[in-house]
Amino acid sequence: MENIIGSQIIQSSDDEFIINVGPQHPSTHGVLHLQLKLDGEKIVDLKPFLGYIHRGIEKMSESLNYKQFIYLTSRMDYLSAHINNQACCLAIEKAIQAEVPERARVIRTLMAELTRLASHQLWWGSTGLDMGAVSPFFYAFREREMILEIFEETCGSRLTMNYCVPGGVMNDIHPDFVRKVKQIIKQFRDNLHEYDELLTNNPIFQSRTIGVGYLSREEAISLACTGPVARASGISCDVRKKEPYDAYDRVTFDEIITTEGDCFARYKVRLEEMKQSMNIIEQLIDNIPAGEYRTKIKGIIKPPAGEYYQRVETARGELGIYLVSDGTNKPYRIKFRTPNFSNLGALKPMSLGGKIGDLVAIMASLDLIIPDIDR
Amino acid sequence: MTHWIGEKLNALFSPEWAAYVGYILAGLAIIILVVVMAVVSIYLERKIAAFMQMRLGPMRVGKWGTLQAFADVFKLMLKEPLTPAQADKQLFNIAPYLVLTVSFLAFAPIAFSPSLQLWDMNIGVLYITSVSSMGVIGILMAGWASNNKYSLLGAMRSGAQIVSYELSAGIAILTIVMMSGSLSVSGIIKSQADGWWIFKGHIPALIAFVIFAIASTAELNRAPFDLAEAEQELTAGFHTEYSGMQFAMFFLAEYTNMFIVSMLGTTLFLGGWMPLHIGNWDAFNQIMDKIPPFLWFFGKVFISLFMIIWFRWTFPRLRIDQLLKLEWKYLLPIGMVNLVIGSIITWLGWIF
Repeated sequence: MENIIGSQIIQSSDDEFIINVGPQHPSTHGVLHLQLKLDGEKIVDLKPFLGYIHRGIEKMSESLNYKQFIYLTSRMDYLSAHINNQACCLAIEKAIQAEVPERARVIRTLMAELTRLASHQLWWGSTGLDMGAVSPFFYAFREREMILEIFEETCGSRLTMNYCVPGGVMNDIHPDFVRKVKQIIKQFRDNLHEYDELLTNNPIFQSRTIGVGYLSREEAISLACTGPVARASGISCDVRKKEPYDAYDRVTFDEIITTEGDCFARYKVRLEEMKQSMNIIEQLIDNIPAGEYRTKIKGIIKPPAGEYYQRVETARGELGIYLVSDGTNKPYRIKFRTPNFSNLGALKPMSLGGKIGDLVAIMASLDLIIPDIDR
Repeated sequence: MTHWIGEKLNALFSPEWAAYVGYILAGLAIIILVVVMAVVSIYLERKIAAFMQMRLGPMRVGKWGTLQAFADVFKLMLKEPLTPAQADKQLFNIAPYLVLTVSFLAFAPIAFSPSLQLWDMNIGVLYITSVSSMGVIGILMAGWASNNKYSLLGAMRSGAQIVSYELSAGIAILTIVMMSGSLSVSGIIKSQADGWWIFKGHIPALIAFVIFAIASTAELNRAPFDLAEAEQELTAGFHTEYSGMQFAMFFLAEYTNMFIVSMLGTTLFLGGWMPLHIGNWDAFNQIMDKIPPFLWFFGKVFISLFMIIWFRWTFPRLRIDQLLKLEWKYLLPIGMVNLVIGSIITWLGWIF
């Protein structure tokens, strides 16, 4: 915790130089405020300051009923909005022991993987942008835009889709859904070589990332890192494999694990994860079971008193929902264990001793979403 | 046309005054040329960047967005030039004009065509390199006077970068100066009448050209060497605190330096205003001779500009230590060895 919350850095000698990065800064992707102590260009100390976008989502959830609070979580990790909603729905379904139709499970999984694909594409573009290469951003948006159009057709909105409801999904998929998903998968596979040409095989990009921001396996465990950040350090932590939810138990895919632990390893893990997401989508898209897309659940949900926990794998790591019910129609307490909060803790050990340019590369490889840290 | 203007001036004024008025007119002509070229190349850069990124680029102002640059300048003119409260006001306000003046100075010895040259001094190339290296003073002034830590970091990076890369650029220029045996711009161009240096200078000239291209891109502070204004690291580097026309001055100076570098590269390696000739193929050579020299010159300049723009929109940025390593560990030693090889070749008379 001392890596995340703490007091201001104090200048101790004349050689040192204290600089505030953020809350408004191009490479913090939001309102993260970092205080850096520099010796020339070298980072001597670093401290993140949080709270610039704290909206009290956990507290707000306590005054909304079970069907309403789900959609506040779209505003946490807005790039994995659907997966956040899915986690809440799964927790509620666990609490009331509702049966979810097979069709809804598959649709949810498909949507979750499309969300992951779109999120990783945005990350890929912004990684290039952070390294000073502007063009990759637009190439990433080409495919991302098509995915968002699919979302819009089926769910009515592009980013915060609010598509999951307890017991299934809001409505059935659009008639064009299957065709368009197949089309985007084909197009993305055809264009993947461009991703490699623009960044992966670029010598400047490799020299900026290989060996930069090393995170050892032990540190990653002790800092509770999850998602691609932990998997690049050699930790097997994919919730989709460990505790399959929805339709993940019926698909085969690889958990990408590398042991290098540097920025390039995290980059490669995410790039490979995109291919695995496409595998999952390809396995499911032709086998969407017929039937109901939602079980009828009565208007007011009153789960039995008790504690419920559900974890899912968002695009950035493990999201845990801890739900305490007192038997009324509103949750007694909600606690989110968000992936970005713990991943942010790894920023300091990774970037100490590096240059300012390294810090930018490391932040890009962490793929931080600030509203998810503050909530 | 220059002779005609000269006669008119001599008829109107005494010889002394005619010279002064001539200088002023020449200076104005250079400023107009640079502004026109800046407008054209800003438009080109935006369009090329857009096409590289699958966009359309500016489309709204004028036909296909051709008037976009004018709209931008108009907007910048209406903006208030802010000076931060804690800034060193004098230095802060002088810096942009210093940077721009210095880059304009470097145009004096450039030969646009056989008859169009402001000042054919016998040390033209030396003059260009020495004058253009003064620009870093303005950048350091801007960074220091802004009283902003990001600006200061950007200015220090820029200082380290420009001072380092000038060595390599200088050595690459020396190789050609040695081969042609002249420091004057017109002399170097005349030495290429039978073939451009990039063709007849064998491998040393080619290596010198590559080194010159890399080092001069770095001197320009443009991507992939744009560490001085690295947006994602230092917001805007040394010109973070500038707004309005003061910012436009820095912007124009950046483009002016681009033209200088392209013109210098054209003069040294690509034969200046000399047309392209291929051996004894007379029919081809005669057609090439029909194209006026200034078109050759500006054509080559814009090809070089396109190269610089292409670099910017393709590569990620280097890190500061990698940037300095590239210069001191690779470019400078290679340039030195190349200079020695080039001098041996010149000494033995092995150039065509």
